[in-house]
Amino acid sequence: MAEASVITDEMRAAIGKESKPATLEVDKTAVRMFARAVGYTDLIYYDEEYAKSKGYRSLLAPMGFLGHPIFRPDASFRPTYVAPFETPFKRVLNGGTDIEYYEPICAGDVLTSTTKIADIVERKGAMGTMLFIINETTCKNQEGRVVARFRGTLIHY
Amino acid sequence: MSEQVYFEDVQEGQEIPTLRQNCDSQRLVMWAAGSGDFYQIHYDKDFAQGNKLPDRIVHGALKHALLGRMLHEWVSDQGRVKRVACQYRGMDMVNEDVTCHGRVTKKYQQDGENIVELEVWTEDPKGQKTTPGTGVVSLPSRGQ
Repeated sequence: MAEASVITDEMRAAIGKESKPATLEVDKTAVRMFARAVGYTDLIYYDEEYAKSKGYRSLLAPMGFLGHPIFRPDASFRPTYVAPFETPFKRVLNGGTDIEYYEPICAGDVLTSTTKIADIVERKGAMGTMLFIINETTCKNQEGRVVARFRGTLIHY
Repeated sequence: MSEQVYFEDVQEGQEIPTLRQNCDSQRLVMWAAGSGDFYQIHYDKDFAQGNKLPDRIVHGALKHALLGRMLHEWVSDQGRVKRVACQYRGMDMVNEDVTCHGRVTKKYQQDGENIVELEVWTEDPKGQKTTPGTGVVSLPSRGQ
């Protein structure tokens, strides 16, 4: 007998709706901290003059770094995307990351991102029913050009 | 950086140099600060064990970034990493080595660019593929 889907009409209705834009700053210090954490030794992530000698405006942002949202201590402001519905599950796992770059992102850039739910998929696994929510974030730079697209999968179980 | 690799030198099926990175607690704390992900299962052992984990686990996004670093170091100055996608299928534990691998699956020219697609993955110390994925890079041509 088929079980009822955990995907509600409310969830289906949320697919494709764009979030409000968020601002992501790409700072030199943040680029260096990120590159250091990943273990990079290439100076294009650390030395601005060197990066310029390789044709970049400033330090190159390493793969995976799309700037940081502007932190505010007031709890009412949430720069990160939150799905506009509840799921029946308590736990969440990061299921995967897919980042595509169309143009280099460099220190000094200010990105504007919008996020939407691209898809919601239900699967039965070893841990029971799991809900895969795929978020898609598009980043434009200060010149209005799309520079990167991020797709993240969150597994609710 | 390694010696420049050119599009003409790449063959489908070819494996690229691996990248091994030990992920000790200092590395995970650096990643937390660099990425802004402060979830405690990655650096607080008591918290991780309270969440039914054997110990702290390596951030998935750090493994994604390490796959990106492997590709960046392979394509060198004149190449570009265009896309990295991966799935977090298995957990990697604190203090263990994460070894990144890549194998060329396809090469072609498109819109004036020399594109190489790869299968990429990470392995834990037991040789299990914990993070399978794909990568896309562009490379310079010897003729250009």
